[in-house]
Amino acid sequence: MADVMRSGGSFPRSSGGRESSANLADILERVLDRGVVIVGDIRVNLLDIELLTIKLRLLIASVDTARELGIDWWEHDPWLSSRDRDLIEENRVLRDRLSAVEGDEEMEGTRRRSLDRGSSGDARELRSTGRFREERDG
Amino acid sequence: MAETGTYLYAIAQDVGHPLPEEVAGVTGAPVRAITHEGLAAYVSPVPLEEFGEEPLRRFLEDLDWVGGTARAHDRVVEAVAKEAPTAPVRLVTVYSSEDQVRDLLRRRHDDLAEVLDHVTGCREWGVKAYAKPSEEAPRAEEAPEETDSPGTAYLKRRRASLRGREDAWRLAARRAEDIHTTLASISVACHRHRPQDPRLSGREETMLLNGAYLVAEDRREEFVAAVDALRGEEIEIQLTGPWAPYSFTSVDLGPTRAETLDAP
Repeated sequence: MADVMRSGGSFPRSSGGRESSANLADILERVLDRGVVIVGDIRVNLLDIELLTIKLRLLIASVDTARELGIDWWEHDPWLSSRDRDLIEENRVLRDRLSAVEGDEEMEGTRRRSLDRGSSGDARELRSTGRFREERDG
Repeated sequence: MAETGTYLYAIAQDVGHPLPEEVAGVTGAPVRAITHEGLAAYVSPVPLEEFGEEPLRRFLEDLDWVGGTARAHDRVVEAVAKEAPTAPVRLVTVYSSEDQVRDLLRRRHDDLAEVLDHVTGCREWGVKAYAKPSEEAPRAEEAPEETDSPGTAYLKRRRASLRGREDAWRLAARRAEDIHTTLASISVACHRHRPQDPRLSGREETMLLNGAYLVAEDRREEFVAAVDALRGEEIEIQLTGPWAPYSFTSVDLGPTRAETLDAP
């Protein structure tokens, strides 16, 4: 029975009585951050489990606010950023391909270095795309 | 037989209405009410192999699991809130036994009753306002003249565009303030939440307002009409609801009777 809830993606939408269907962001914001918090005497609650709430709180707060506070580690956290996750996956595929040819290639050291440089450059560019776009619009 | 815990969804005034049978809890098991002196706590059994502290650490890293659990939690809360004044409880609050929940109702009866009184007859509405900064045409007085050199003309255009955009943002921020003030005047209580991150909202536009409004049911139409009247060119307004009063029942209930209520 629990598997039904765990399978992901196929949960019935909550619609009863609502004039507009609520999206997941709105629901998460409410169920994670508001309502009655009970401390003590209980088996488990979210306060015991900080990792995820910290991440989600950062997502709920505006990016600019987080940056102002000097919090930007999440930009490098693959769990949060699918862009970065794609990048890491791409990097892994390239590494695999590279190691497959390493046996008969003398130049693999040089190529690996240039590959590393290339991918971290990509990451920087991806992260600042928003800013570039803004400047171009001006 | 696997060990089970008691998952608590919400505490409501006990109005004697049973929940519809199709309202299932976070694991699909039926939700039932534990009642005590006018209060009802809505719970369902959960296996501790999934909802114990250690497994939860793992499952909470899985966004599909979190999403499904959050929706199921909210579905129960909404079903309860349709019937009675309700205080939603934060996600994954799990007790060892139903006796512990009964004990909570006994020990914190007055605090809970007070919170529920505050939201009686009201529902929560969410209003988000997004900036829609338009591609600004240079204003007439800044427009380059034909006699200008290409460089001067470019600089003039650029300055005009920057100023136009700044003005647009200032205007949008002020409009968001007006929207909040207007809606607050129709509400019993209001709360401005932090704007959502674009990755959470799924939208590129900047969120200027993320407000929650506790509105008496007999002013519902007035509130919705006011939101419609506030929609405009520079600002997009999104209305969600009605919700259970998530934003107006934020109290910390500690283990002891002596603890005082935090005002929402």
